[in-house]
Amino acid sequence: MNYDILLAGFGGQGILFAGKILAYSGLMADKEVSWLPSYGPEMRGGTCNCSVCISEQPIGSPLVVNPNVLVVMNTPSLEKFIDKVQPGGIVIVDSSMVDIKVERTDVKVCYVPATELTTGDPQLKGGANIILIGKLLAETKMFTEEIFKKALEKVVPPKKAFLIDNNLKAIKIGMEYNC
Amino acid sequence: MERNLMKGNEALAEAAIRAGCKCFFGYPITPQTEISAYLAKNMAKSGGVFLQAESEVAAINMVLGAASTGVRAMTSSSSPGVSLKSEGVSYIAGSDLPCVIINVQRGGPGLGGIQPSQADYWQATRALGHGDYQLLVYAPSSVQEMVDKVTLAFDMADKYRMPAMILADGLLGQMMEPVTFPEKKTEFVEKPWATTGHGGKREHNIVNSLYLNPALLEKSIRDRFERYAEIKANHTEAELYLTEDADVVVTAYGATARVAKSAVNLARAEGIKAGLFRPITLWPFPEKEINEAVKNAKVILDVEMSMGQMIEDVKLATNCSKPVEFYGRTGGVIPTPAEVLEQIKKCAAK
Repeated sequence: MNYDILLAGFGGQGILFAGKILAYSGLMADKEVSWLPSYGPEMRGGTCNCSVCISEQPIGSPLVVNPNVLVVMNTPSLEKFIDKVQPGGIVIVDSSMVDIKVERTDVKVCYVPATELTTGDPQLKGGANIILIGKLLAETKMFTEEIFKKALEKVVPPKKAFLIDNNLKAIKIGMEYNC
Repeated sequence: MERNLMKGNEALAEAAIRAGCKCFFGYPITPQTEISAYLAKNMAKSGGVFLQAESEVAAINMVLGAASTGVRAMTSSSSPGVSLKSEGVSYIAGSDLPCVIINVQRGGPGLGGIQPSQADYWQATRALGHGDYQLLVYAPSSVQEMVDKVTLAFDMADKYRMPAMILADGLLGQMMEPVTFPEKKTEFVEKPWATTGHGGKREHNIVNSLYLNPALLEKSIRDRFERYAEIKANHTEAELYLTEDADVVVTAYGATARVAKSAVNLARAEGIKAGLFRPITLWPFPEKEINEAVKNAKVILDVEMSMGQMIEDVKLATNCSKPVEFYGRTGGVIPTPAEVLEQIKKCAAK
């Protein structure tokens, strides 16, 4: 299975990190991978998206124009990208941040109130992005939890090792969330 | 070998350190700033110097000074910054000094934009500064090639005593891909011409680009062009992909070649005989290789992120033996495989 993944939201929601952890998971699973951020002049805030390709074959264009997986964390991103999703694709929506519903019927949509699910638990602070990735893994079986853990260990610097447990907690919540 | 996931800019910077680059002088500009940032953090650990200059002009002249002492020196910028360096590059070429110059291209002219572009092809291959000279120009198409070509660029620059350029773009600089770093040690050559101090034991060396006597200036240029001829004869590089039976051969370099390769695969899936010719050296342009690639083609489709610059070399190298069509996006817009496929179909239907 080849995945053309587009992740989009506001700067600061962890869009680039979520993409990075997916790309690293692909690396750990011995796949071909690419990660391409949208880059703008702003240092923080603003809209933000990133393209991740995970494939059995060498990757041509790393820019995802028609994703088969879309992860969105704000309303403008859903409005901008929903028509681009391939028929049969999967859309994961942070429904605490997005106040519209998808009208298309040829894509599978999962509404996860990821940001709400993080409230009240300091361990989950800023972990909404990872909750959505958890849902994505549950839906697609893209990688096992084990691979994801390996990728985390590679991405998270040793000084911040406590973040590994926090992320694993978030991924579990996402994987087990029924919508 | 361990596969690392790195941004093109960071991988290139790491490769430069491994290639023995001891001096980096630069000035920040999007989309190449990760090169400076990485070297600021890591250059000193390898005993090298990282210096953020007060301007691009200062940076390239610092490269001239460092290179004249024989150390491996590099500078990096993006399109508008590279324009500023042009005078210094000409002086470096005129002084027969080796160095590596990185251009992670963005949209132009003027300040342009910060998204990927390939509109500096002419600047890199024709005239980055005044006078009779060439740069050796490599066009990587993946993060791995950012590593491999910067390593090679240092070796070749030293061997032929000339500046070498890596002509990348914002997409290659910003994207992450798996990359491995070669074990192979880089080839250091003796530099008897370097101004290293002589303690009265030999005649002093002079590094200079000023020759008031036309006969001497002409001789220095002719000598340089003999070296260029040797490079032309021995050091062109290109990738030929499915060109053997291709009716339509797409020509593209750098990031655009990735898009074009996807389009070629889509065309093949639809039964269209398409292939890809990708020059890896832009100067010298791979003339033998392109003629091999298009020998059975009915039409050539040149695709660039510009209004059409490399197309001139495609026509020159093939001596216009085949019709050459063009498709370009510019100003920071990246063509999609679907767009290129549509153009391939048009060409195939002709």
